[in-house]
Amino acid sequence: MKILVFAENWDGIFKKSSFEAVSYSRELADQYNYELITLCFNNISKEELNKLSKYGSSIVITTNPIDKVDSVSMSKMISDITIQHDIKLFVFSSTYSSKMFAPRLSAKLNSSIFTNVVELPSSLNPLKLKKKVFSSKAFEIAKSSSEKNIIMLHPNSYGVKEFSSDLKSSEFTAESNSEIEIINTEKSSGKVNLSEADIVVSAGRGMKGPENWVLIEELANCLNAATACSKPVSDIGWRPHSEHVGQTGKTVAPNLYFAIGISGAIQHLAGVNSSKVMVAINTDPEASFFKAAHYGIVGDAFEVVPKLIEEIRNIKN
Amino acid sequence: MKIAVCISCVPDTTSKINFTENNTQFNKEGIQFIINPNDEFGLTKAIFIKEQYQAEVVVVSVGQSSIEPVLRKALAIGADSAVRIDNKAEDSICVAKNLSKYLSENKFDLIIMGKESADYNGCVVHGIVAENIGMQFVNACVGLEISDDSYIIEREMEGGTEKVKIKSPVIIAGQKGLVEEKDLKIPNMRGIMQARTKPLNVLESENFDFIQSIEFIKPSENKECVFIDEENIAELVKILNEKEKVL
Repeated sequence: MKILVFAENWDGIFKKSSFEAVSYSRELADQYNYELITLCFNNISKEELNKLSKYGSSIVITTNPIDKVDSVSMSKMISDITIQHDIKLFVFSSTYSSKMFAPRLSAKLNSSIFTNVVELPSSLNPLKLKKKVFSSKAFEIAKSSSEKNIIMLHPNSYGVKEFSSDLKSSEFTAESNSEIEIINTEKSSGKVNLSEADIVVSAGRGMKGPENWVLIEELANCLNAATACSKPVSDIGWRPHSEHVGQTGKTVAPNLYFAIGISGAIQHLAGVNSSKVMVAINTDPEASFFKAAHYGIVGDAFEVVPKLIEEIRNIKN
Repeated sequence: MKIAVCISCVPDTTSKINFTENNTQFNKEGIQFIINPNDEFGLTKAIFIKEQYQAEVVVVSVGQSSIEPVLRKALAIGADSAVRIDNKAEDSICVAKNLSKYLSENKFDLIIMGKESADYNGCVVHGIVAENIGMQFVNACVGLEISDDSYIIEREMEGGTEKVKIKSPVIIAGQKGLVEEKDLKIPNMRGIMQARTKPLNVLESENFDFIQSIEFIKPSENKECVFIDEENIAELVKILNEKEKVL
């Protein structure tokens, strides 16, 4: 029996979510005595590829370049590999591209597909999993009735674990005749990716205006954190939609979440309540975020945040 | 031009989620159902396209008769007709297979869905339908323009956005950004009156068994928040660093 894990790269570089998916699959494979195959696409350097061995990859298949937006080619490629290797279980991290090709793949294979999975399966035959539902307001234990299954892992839920292994790689040439023309790509360079960040610094209307985000960004910089915001802040255009966390925005699960000047509406809490430690800073002692937070400071962000930056710099130096 | 907008009816975003029958069923008592927020952006976008290009807009949903008020609301917002595929809609693959059957028998130039539903958050219906009916598919769309027989679609991706051009027909999964929150259509009295007489067709469904729900678990309640004095921020940093080890 074989498991296939997809280690996604961005311009030739793996991210934490790729290593998380690989180490999750390695533990799963060891536990049930499955063989693990790691799939990488696009030309990737030997040096970068070798990083995967640290997280448990041993057999690696690399492919010729395929564009990630092309879910037709991506799902066909994985389905072709599946036929060659008789794969029963697939593990993908929930990324923008896997959310496009994985459902297609499940339709091709007539498999079940589980999204927002947060733990290793409690059984493999039948497959039984714990996943987030109701926008993180609850979990569901679900069981598969299918022979083939796809697991979509929620980023930052399992973590990255190290395993030692030797790497053997082979190449697979996939067909690619995309019907999609890419016009342009805009990247916000140098920023920490919000969905897989270890620390998130998030702020709300309490910041009074977009110009005051320099303070939030400075705090994020000294923690190597991603910045985020509440829904009202993105709705009025102080921050881009891509930073909105909450029920209708992104769901995050960092180790540490700072909520600065965010009252803590139920929709916002749903998107962040899987964070391991939450710190709320608010002038209003009755703010509902204090009911969810682990630590709270009642005070003005404009006074508290600069002190916080100073103290963090002290311990970092 | 024909546009299908597939909507899901979900609990209002302010709802507290509770379960009954030994935590095996979602407790619908006292819950108000709404158009899934991601789908609502798509529906408004479809109405904008209709106003500009004289398109026909059909809303399609898989669910039981209890979702009909939500479909009437979509008609009041401006859709021309509604289709309800009669099913409990508890398994996203089953929903996708039923939608696929309808969408392959009825041709559309553009199919709009939301990137995920606020209840089961499966994020798979659009991709499965795309494969089953052989269409291109773009997820997490934050922009859509029509250019002759093609669509210019802007999608969100890790650390940025990308603009792509795809020939019609296509399936897109939208979210906020496709239209802005302030532009969302709210039904007016005329729309509500017209919606009463617009067609709402009910179709039979088929059941498929892929995933069974065993039980639901509520996240554990947090213990009390530890308050730290704003004059003592060094203590907070020390706790985060030494006790919680998260810095």
